[in-house]
Amino acid sequence: MATRITPEDVLHVANLARLALTEREVEEFTVQLGAILDHAADVEALDTEGVPPTAHPLPLVNVLRADVPRPGVDRDEILAAAPEAEQDRFRVPRILAEDEG
Amino acid sequence: MSTAREIAAQVRAGERSAREIVDEHLLAIELREPEIHACNLILVEEARAQADAVDEARARGEELGPLAGVPVALKDNLCTHHVPTTCSSRILSGWRPPYDATVVTKLRAAGAVFVAKTNLDEFAMGSSTENSAFGVTRNPWDTSRVPGGSSGGSAAAVAAGYAPLALGSDTGGSIRQPAALCGVVGVKPTYGRVSRYGLVAFASSLDQIGPFALDVEDAALLLESMWGHDPCDSTSIDTTPEPIRPGLYDGVQGLRVGIIDELAGPEGFQPDVLAALDRATAVLEAGGATVERVGVPSAAYGLSAYYLIAPAEASSNLARYDGVRYGLRVEADGVAEMNAATRDAGFGAEVKRRIMLGTYALSAGYYDAYYGQAQRVRTLIIRDFERAYQRFDVLLSPTSPTTAFPIGAKAADPLAMYLSDVCTIPTNLAGAPAMSIPAGLDGDGLPIGIQVLAPVLGEAVMFRAAAALEQGLEFTARPQTLEAR
Repeated sequence: MATRITPEDVLHVANLARLALTEREVEEFTVQLGAILDHAADVEALDTEGVPPTAHPLPLVNVLRADVPRPGVDRDEILAAAPEAEQDRFRVPRILAEDEG
Repeated sequence: MSTAREIAAQVRAGERSAREIVDEHLLAIELREPEIHACNLILVEEARAQADAVDEARARGEELGPLAGVPVALKDNLCTHHVPTTCSSRILSGWRPPYDATVVTKLRAAGAVFVAKTNLDEFAMGSSTENSAFGVTRNPWDTSRVPGGSSGGSAAAVAAGYAPLALGSDTGGSIRQPAALCGVVGVKPTYGRVSRYGLVAFASSLDQIGPFALDVEDAALLLESMWGHDPCDSTSIDTTPEPIRPGLYDGVQGLRVGIIDELAGPEGFQPDVLAALDRATAVLEAGGATVERVGVPSAAYGLSAYYLIAPAEASSNLARYDGVRYGLRVEADGVAEMNAATRDAGFGAEVKRRIMLGTYALSAGYYDAYYGQAQRVRTLIIRDFERAYQRFDVLLSPTSPTTAFPIGAKAADPLAMYLSDVCTIPTNLAGAPAMSIPAGLDGDGLPIGIQVLAPVLGEAVMFRAAAALEQGLEFTARPQTLEAR
């Protein structure tokens, strides 16, 4: 059952999850994720016809509070924790190349 | 070692100062920490300042809180204002939260003195505290063994006398399993009973903060000091909890106790652990309870369902560590490349494994077969528990199939590691409370934990059964490594 996950699957999922994996990690995860999903086969095989899914243990719907202004967390403190900030904003690397800009 | 109740009483009566007590505990930490490594950060100055504030309040004649001068250790995934909070991850190293978790605010108001931020499996993902970026915590009963996890640092801190109380978080057993392996009491309250505001999220529909303590009554005191509705956590329960301590020692006469068939071995369970379950049964029967076996068939699928649901939620929650707003950034050309380089350098192997697993379970083509199916199994587990609680007031099982295992024994086999949570996971999926209490030692002198489970909001009856077990089992052993000093 070790073919459940291929290295190509691992690379695809790593891209979705924004993880730059090493070759060794790709090899390891291919084997380990396959083994874990094999174990989950018991769940896959269970007859759950007509059983509704549970996403959350409490039956909560639209928890609202009064729309009253209250103090938030200090902006300067938040920005000070960022790797890079500029003009009261988080700074990130260039998103568009020069010729696209 | 003094209980929290004894310490608070002494401070209130003026028999001892909070400063004297905190210094004594800081000394214990200094002596034992090189061997145990339970702490990511020891809060020497902060703790002394908090203790002095308690002493000054008393000198002014102010009413002191229920935890006045009591040292408390905090799992390092609970936000503390201006004090580093790492989740034992490189990706958050150096980060200082801009606010306190609600539990931290409440315990500070109750007079508690925070002595340490404790080690954990990175982002609370693990069962041994080996997945920490800052090194493994060692079990005070045998330093060649793990303390359990993920709240291994908090469990070891209480067992080693760093503090009579500690906080942990429990997503699949992360309070109860280390409590069992370290010979202390550990409680996972009903989901939503304690505010999660300021607890760094792992799997939001399962996470719950809870107490570690030396005994059942101290655990009740700590839980009562921090539970209740919090406007900052929309999933916190909006009803007043039924107090635990008034009926704590009312006994178990007439109580109906069920032993969960699917979680009582014998396959995969250490014989000494099952013998402790028999002793617990005898104690309850002697106290006037009826004890029978009960089937909770879908509990057998809990582990598999959990390892789809929790990683799915984690993969979403941990998307926030992108090198933009806090913590580590590894520079690269372009934003996506920077995100990926940061996350590869910042996360450890287990966190990556769970993010990968969760992303896969949620990805197109697999969502219904894995995540959707696991959610339907979750419904079956809830229904099976409801059926069992029609006939029983509380349920009983071992907390973990084995006692503490050697460091490194399961590190290379994720699945074997996951199996140590097989008894604790179903409770989290059901959103119900459960707690572990020490029930004896195995042949190697390692503590065994017994788990008491109760229906949603059933804390009072759960604690009452646990208190009766504690009195009958008479567990008084302490780690030999401490007695030698």
